[in-house]
Amino acid sequence: MLEIISMRVNGKDVELAIDPRESLLDTLRRRLGLTSVKKGCEVGECGACTVLVEGEAIDSCIYLTVWAKGKSILTVEGLKSPTGELSPIQQAFIDEAAVQCGFCIPGIIMSAVEIVGAGRRYERDELRKLLSGHLCRCTGYEKIIDAVEKAVEAKLASQRAG
Amino acid sequence: MGSIGQRKKRVDAYGKVTGEAKYTADLEPVNILHAKVVHSTIANGLVKSMDIDEAAKVPGVVKIVTCFDVPENYFPTAGHPWSVEPPHQDICDRLLLARRVHYYGDDIAAVIAEDEVAAARAARLIKVEYEEYEPIVTVPAALSEGATPLHPEVRKDNVIVHSHMTMGPKGFTYEDGLREAEEKYGRENIIVFEGDYNTPRISHCHIELPVSWAYVDTNGKVTVITSTQIPHIVRKSVAVALGLPMGKVRVIKPYIGGGFGNKQDVLYEPLNAYLSMQVGGRPVRLEISREETIVSTRTRHAIRGECKAVMTKDGTMLARELTAWANNGAYASHGHAICANCGTVFKDLYRDRLGTEVDCWTVYTSSPTAGAMRGYGIPQSAFITECLTDDLAELCGMDPCDFRIKNCMEDQFVDPGNGITFHSYGLIDSIKKGREFIGWDKKRALYKNQTGSVRRGIGMAIFCYKTGVHPISLETASARMVLNPDGSAQIFMGATEIGQGADTVFTQIAADVTGIAYDRLFIESTQDTDTSPFDTGAYASRQTYVSGMALKKCGKQLKERILGYAAYMLNTADTDIAKTEHAEKIREAKERIAKLCGLKEGDEIRPEMLELSESIICLILPKEKKGDAAGDRTDTTGKADAEGQEAAVDRTSGIGQADGATQTDTAGKADAAGQEAATVGAVGIDVNDVDYEVCGSENIDSQGLVKLFDSAIVAETAFYSLDRSEHITAEVTNQCKKNTFSSGCCFAEVEVDMKLGLVKILNMVDVHDSGRLINPAISEGQVHGGMSQSIGYALSEELLVDEKTGRVLNDNLLDFKIPTAMDTPDMDALFVELEDPTGPFGNKALGEPPAVPGAPALRNAVLNATGVHMDEIPMTSQKLIAKFKEAGLI
Amino acid sequence: MFDIESIYEAKSVGDAVRALNERPDAELISGGTDVLIRLRAGKGAGRPLVSIHELSEIKGVELQENGDIRIGAGTTFVKITNSPVIQQYIPMLGEAVDTVGGPQIRSMGTIGGNICNGATSADSASTMFTLEAEIVLEGPEGERVVPISEFYIGPGQTVRQHAEVCKYFLIRRDSIDGWHGRYIKYGKRKAMEIATLGCAVRVKLSSDKKLIEDVRLAYGVAAPTPVRCHKAEAILRGRRTDDEMAVEEFVKAALTEVNPRSSWRASKEFRLQLIAELARRALADAVRLAGGKAADEIACWRSGSLAESDMADDTSCKATADSASCDSMADKEVCAKTGSASTDANRRSRTGEEEGGGRDA
Repeated sequence: MLEIISMRVNGKDVELAIDPRESLLDTLRRRLGLTSVKKGCEVGECGACTVLVEGEAIDSCIYLTVWAKGKSILTVEGLKSPTGELSPIQQAFIDEAAVQCGFCIPGIIMSAVEIVGAGRRYERDELRKLLSGHLCRCTGYEKIIDAVEKAVEAKLASQRAG
Repeated sequence: MGSIGQRKKRVDAYGKVTGEAKYTADLEPVNILHAKVVHSTIANGLVKSMDIDEAAKVPGVVKIVTCFDVPENYFPTAGHPWSVEPPHQDICDRLLLARRVHYYGDDIAAVIAEDEVAAARAARLIKVEYEEYEPIVTVPAALSEGATPLHPEVRKDNVIVHSHMTMGPKGFTYEDGLREAEEKYGRENIIVFEGDYNTPRISHCHIELPVSWAYVDTNGKVTVITSTQIPHIVRKSVAVALGLPMGKVRVIKPYIGGGFGNKQDVLYEPLNAYLSMQVGGRPVRLEISREETIVSTRTRHAIRGECKAVMTKDGTMLARELTAWANNGAYASHGHAICANCGTVFKDLYRDRLGTEVDCWTVYTSSPTAGAMRGYGIPQSAFITECLTDDLAELCGMDPCDFRIKNCMEDQFVDPGNGITFHSYGLIDSIKKGREFIGWDKKRALYKNQTGSVRRGIGMAIFCYKTGVHPISLETASARMVLNPDGSAQIFMGATEIGQGADTVFTQIAADVTGIAYDRLFIESTQDTDTSPFDTGAYASRQTYVSGMALKKCGKQLKERILGYAAYMLNTADTDIAKTEHAEKIREAKERIAKLCGLKEGDEIRPEMLELSESIICLILPKEKKGDAAGDRTDTTGKADAEGQEAAVDRTSGIGQADGATQTDTAGKADAAGQEAATVGAVGIDVNDVDYEVCGSENIDSQGLVKLFDSAIVAETAFYSLDRSEHITAEVTNQCKKNTFSSGCCFAEVEVDMKLGLVKILNMVDVHDSGRLINPAISEGQVHGGMSQSIGYALSEELLVDEKTGRVLNDNLLDFKIPTAMDTPDMDALFVELEDPTGPFGNKALGEPPAVPGAPALRNAVLNATGVHMDEIPMTSQKLIAKFKEAGLI
Repeated sequence: MFDIESIYEAKSVGDAVRALNERPDAELISGGTDVLIRLRAGKGAGRPLVSIHELSEIKGVELQENGDIRIGAGTTFVKITNSPVIQQYIPMLGEAVDTVGGPQIRSMGTIGGNICNGATSADSASTMFTLEAEIVLEGPEGERVVPISEFYIGPGQTVRQHAEVCKYFLIRRDSIDGWHGRYIKYGKRKAMEIATLGCAVRVKLSSDKKLIEDVRLAYGVAAPTPVRCHKAEAILRGRRTDDEMAVEEFVKAALTEVNPRSSWRASKEFRLQLIAELARRALADAVRLAGGKAADEIACWRSGSLAESDMADDTSCKATADSASCDSMADKEVCAKTGSASTDANRRSRTGEEEGGGRDA
């Protein structure tokens, strides 16, 4: 029943045996121990399981692992620098007090990685749309949008500097 | 010191942004079994038989348990501390699995399998034969003549409780009030009004599902790891349900992904524990799906409020009446507490000059169970009360703010029923602050006489909210601190972090009280009933007030012990300490103290002369070099010790109010002396008088403390001293016998596109009178989240139950509409910070209040915009359009 | 884990057709955002899946030499919205599919799946009706082309046979050149939503922009399948763009061509209100996009103290389902608030600016 597949997860090539019935959420959590990938609905409505596949944010609960063969996957576990420093996006979430229960946060940070990666400035309403695939019941999104805004600005500043 | 009131970064943020914070499901062992609950497909009836043969044949199925197998131990589920008084005990109306089905989706069997696919397949193959009764979905149906009693074992009819409350003269009735109003003011000078207001059943929608897993440990303990707000209460219910002694049950609560009251109830933990026991104690996970969470855990009560009111034409409220009907669904859960709470705020919030009459009914129906949800009946109460208030203001032609100011509860209000007092009163200031912030008066004028199909309006609503549950129920909490050999410390709380920021606030409190540096304090976030102190848990906006006081007391004890040991070290600098590696430092410090305080050979250095600040042991510079102040302090401390812990800790406090930062009855006596003693040493110093040659200016801080040496020296010596080894810890229980009101308001400005029934929020601001804020950044976050919930409550959230079948129609996050980021505007959170004399740091309730005033403020804004009274939430487009058509507006 | 027997990753469209043909109980899966959800609910559990998820031959948008546009069925919504070809020639379609679910779903779901599901609520469907899209299917017997108007046969049912794979959609040049359009999705939320109603209008104006030379109107959720309103269109052809009477006749006719039902999600009366109002607004938007002057009363707020005439000729006020847009309203002071939010990270200064004093910000 098991099938051997290879993919690149958080910058590292992995080869592992999976059940073809698994969602990418199942595989990342159970086989790779990447428990930042949270399960909130299993049907793509809450966004807690968001990861990047080839740089694009997707709901890993409705993405079959077999489709990830040979692809590059990024989860929050892959954001820290090799020496353990937080990414500017993670730091922005801490600094702006955007974290409450924290369950939706890894997924939102992954969408933020895609947003910040675009290297352009967004208006707050545009950010709202870009984050609208994530449900958060704690924060009212206010400080989350503050954090993403701040991370975008930091990125633009570093682009100008670099 | 000085941690209170600062925007400290959350202690759990690092773990949460890195994904390293472990939640319940993240801790499951690899070879865990998967359980799935089988739910009834009828709303009311009996399970006659169950055929599990086909299901049992599914490969991977380990065990199937049905409602015919479980023990007959009825158990309660409410997240209330158990009452030792039988009349106040929670209703035991639940079994692990139900033969008597009470709602569509009741738990009737469970499958345990090697994987979730096998469990789901087997669950689908179980055949059930029912004896079906008519579903009784609504309150009127449940109360109708001849309706089947749903729980004959505990109630002869479907009324869980009916309570009657009044304000004003004894035995007051609204009819009396009306008669008196007519007689006193004349029929022509009064306005009489009746209105019915309806609130929906809604779902909490915490993003983490109520997942748990259980196993039997090697010592025989039935262990449940669960996403709960109330681990100690879960332990009790699991024991009752399983018929086990409490000591045989262990409950562990890791990080949790939101609860909002749903997890202030015992959910599937007893069943999960039972299932593990059925497979020899192997670990079994019971993950409740989103659909099951919505249908089969808890909901917010739909409450209908039937109101009557009489006032004078110039807007003086004379009498009001509320009859509140709460649909409690299938099981009692929190019972009548929520509807009673709703009625209490209706009567407390305004001053009816003649009297107020309230009747509250909590009713069983065959529909999903209602339980605790953020606000605990007050969002419903605020909607009912504040719709009525705006309707009355409109009738007498008064500005809604002015009308409220004229009639609302006043400073030092005391609820005659329970004695809860408004100790620090910021209600009127909140109204004023919000009014000015949003530009109320200008906009009310601007939005008069609008035409066209898109209109704007501005509305507001107020509320009050008690802090914790005393004296309705027990308030008790414990805290423990343990010093490390490097002078850092662990904090152990029974109180739970559920996302609200409790761990951070507790760390700030501990830093403030002990003087140990913020970054040298480590709070244990996991509660484990085997090792954590007791606390009833996260609910009732109580933890910073009640558990915070426990920690304040605990921190004081810990500090006293550290300072006691420091004094010992100083006094034995030439003997015991002389042999140790820190001898030189201690001797130097002792000499400095001797010079600064004019001590003579043989004079003792007393702990009261020392202070701990930012983890440095300091000398409190005496006002007079003689050290009289310290002497005073010794005396009072001595007395306090005899009087007990509550008094002792407050006596040495430099922070509390003179009226007593302690919440116990005994404390008041000691307060005055304690307050004075605490401040004598440090205050009133002229730093210029200090002998800088002796201590060096860099060693004196702004409070006049002279730095001596790092507390790490004390901690290490205390652990390892060959002469006097002491493990410095402290543990304190705080029973809180005080309560105080929080209050506040919401102002909302909307634009209504009538042809499409759309309400767009242009501005929304909450102003909260929650006492002193421990952490303003976290407080703002609480407010934003509550406001967003109130937006959903006002506009889009409604759990729909089919009246014919009792089946929930929208049991998923697509059809149950909580606001997305696009539905939530930028919101403002403001505060009126008054020091509450009963809070440990002048603080009072803030956790739940933000979810309270938003919905009526939005309704009143729509009223202002369109003149249409939306007396039912959510104000969906469909309902709005129907109303606008009825009013001839479109 | 999903309850499936197996999953076969097809190597080509032909391979998928063969695999489907071999297993009558197999289910075709593309983006997976609907199929996997049905499976989880136990519908069709235990069946084999044939996946076309990884087939690059059916992904992408292409402008053909003859001016037709070909959209691969496996193209995700986000790829359509971001396609330069779509942005230049059919921005309406890019906007329509940008209303599906949320960003993650739009990076997963495909237009082929959206159409082939047969759902009346599909956000691309009504726009595809107004584009008169042609659907190219490949089956065991070879290729066939089905006009979208003949594709739907009932709720959740299309003419696609079990072993047929939808390869691509063709939009003909004469449905593109000179046409402008607007799709308005009406949902109870602004995201993560299935349309309560969807309305698509495309217009082609006369060269002087005064007359409606041609118009197409289609709806989602106004009937068991997406529906085109030919009678309404006929009424409007040749009429002036700002002819209020014509618009009302157009709307009235549309109401005779739809058949919405009452469900717990929305009542028939409510949907009828939306059907009428969204037609007016989508038409007005389409006319404005085409450079014409629309007839509608602009759905924007105005202060009661302002004269009606102040609002009259305000063509930049877009009347979309999001009634927020009032960027050109007369009352600048109040209107500035709902305009674009500042990116200034400092919220205090933002609110302070808007108010122009009066707040203690």
